Amino acid sequence: MCLGIPGQIVAITDEPRMMALADVSGVRREVSVACVLDRPIGDLVGEWALIHVGFAMALIDADEAAKTLEALRDLGEAQEALEAMEEGAKALEADA
Amino acid sequence: MKYASEFRDPKAARAVLARIATVADQIGATREKPVHIMEICGGHTHAIFRYGLDKLVHEGVEFIHGPGCPVCVLPMARVDECVEIAKRPEVIFTTFGDAMRVPGTKKSLMQAKADGADIRMVYSPLDALELARRNPGREVVFFGLGFETTTPSTALAIQQAACESLSNFSVFCNHITVPEPIKALLDDPHMVLDGFIGPGHVSMVIGIHPYDFIAQDYGKPIVVAGFEPLDLLQSVLMVLEQIRDGRAEVENQYSRVVPEHGNPVSITAMADVYEKRPSFEWRGLGEIDASGLRIRAAYAAYDAEEKFGVGYAAGPRHVPEPEGCACGQVMTGRIKPTACPQFGKGCTPEMPLGALMVSSEGACAAYWQYGGARATEAAE
Repeated sequence: MCLGIPGQIVAITDEPRMMALADVSGVRREVSVACVLDRPIGDLVGEWALIHVGFAMALIDADEAAKTLEALRDLGEAQEALEAMEEGAKALEADA
Repeated sequence: MKYASEFRDPKAARAVLARIATVADQIGATREKPVHIMEICGGHTHAIFRYGLDKLVHEGVEFIHGPGCPVCVLPMARVDECVEIAKRPEVIFTTFGDAMRVPGTKKSLMQAKADGADIRMVYSPLDALELARRNPGREVVFFGLGFETTTPSTALAIQQAACESLSNFSVFCNHITVPEPIKALLDDPHMVLDGFIGPGHVSMVIGIHPYDFIAQDYGKPIVVAGFEPLDLLQSVLMVLEQIRDGRAEVENQYSRVVPEHGNPVSITAMADVYEKRPSFEWRGLGEIDASGLRIRAAYAAYDAEEKFGVGYAAGPRHVPEPEGCACGQVMTGRIKPTACPQFGKGCTPEMPLGALMVSSEGACAAYWQYGGARATEAAE
């Protein structure tokens, strides 16, 4: 639960709410960038972040992202995080 | 993946292992008289077993698996209270998947869901917020759970709910903090701890200074570590070198992710939304002063304990652990998982009795998964 997973910020979706779209191992989900907003929000596009329960918690470089992803895959944590994202989407769909 | 392979480079690992062995010899650590290093974070426990680091390091180094898995330290009474809230017909109860299988006195959240409660697994508190927006006629409750890595996300969700004046969203707050249980363990006269591996992602939020007391007041080294095998080995080496040199400092092996002073936005949000509870119950460890967080009065409208009159708002209640369950002793390093009379018998990952078997980050689950036959034999 306490491990973050690297994702790349690919678009800003809601500037006032500080929300962005992140690509996490091919799965795209909206995340909050409030904690890493040390520059104009648009400049975050293309950056890699360590994403934890829907929040970008730290900006990291691409090499660190690759390294961390591999470690998480080995530990089975990457799959767990991706499944949790899917569950989150399902929880919302139940009301759609 | 150039860097990734470097972090798994057997040559590099062998070099660090050799240095660990040299320093362990220099300080006279042996199998009979080992140096006890506690890894606080459950993610580290999982990684140590996954990569077999406990078998690779010098025999004079013994890992003690600390209380850093929030699911594992969740008392049964709190699970019961979750079920109590979730059973209300107007409630949509949302939780991280990890907590679904933790046994309560009568049932887990998984069983309550099967019995008809509207319980949904979410990835983020933001999913719970979105559910509240989409279901104005229902009460959406988020089970806030975890250490400082998870805590700011719940705080930011509460701030967002307040900003939107969402009146049907609340949090059952069970967030806990890392420094206080370490202090409790250091104050325990039965514990023998010579150094610590500090949690990487918790420290990304709070920085390294909350651990200063470990070095300054207790004279023990602590090294904040990443999650790669080489990160962990380097951190063990750094702890041993401090012991050899007679130093006790807070060092940061994971500086590529962990800023010295943490994440300011997260720290500000936590200070705004939460205050310390006078005391909080930990499964296996009992009540620890100032180790849990509650929602401040200013955000009482978002506090599920206040809204539904449960939990500490209704007065603390203690539920004894299941008979024969030794989670507490395992978590304080007094016994190994295999020494628990229930290990592999009444308690397996499929049918967990104690929380340390529920989460993959729990010491018992890690022993079961990676210790394999050896662990089972040891239990017999």
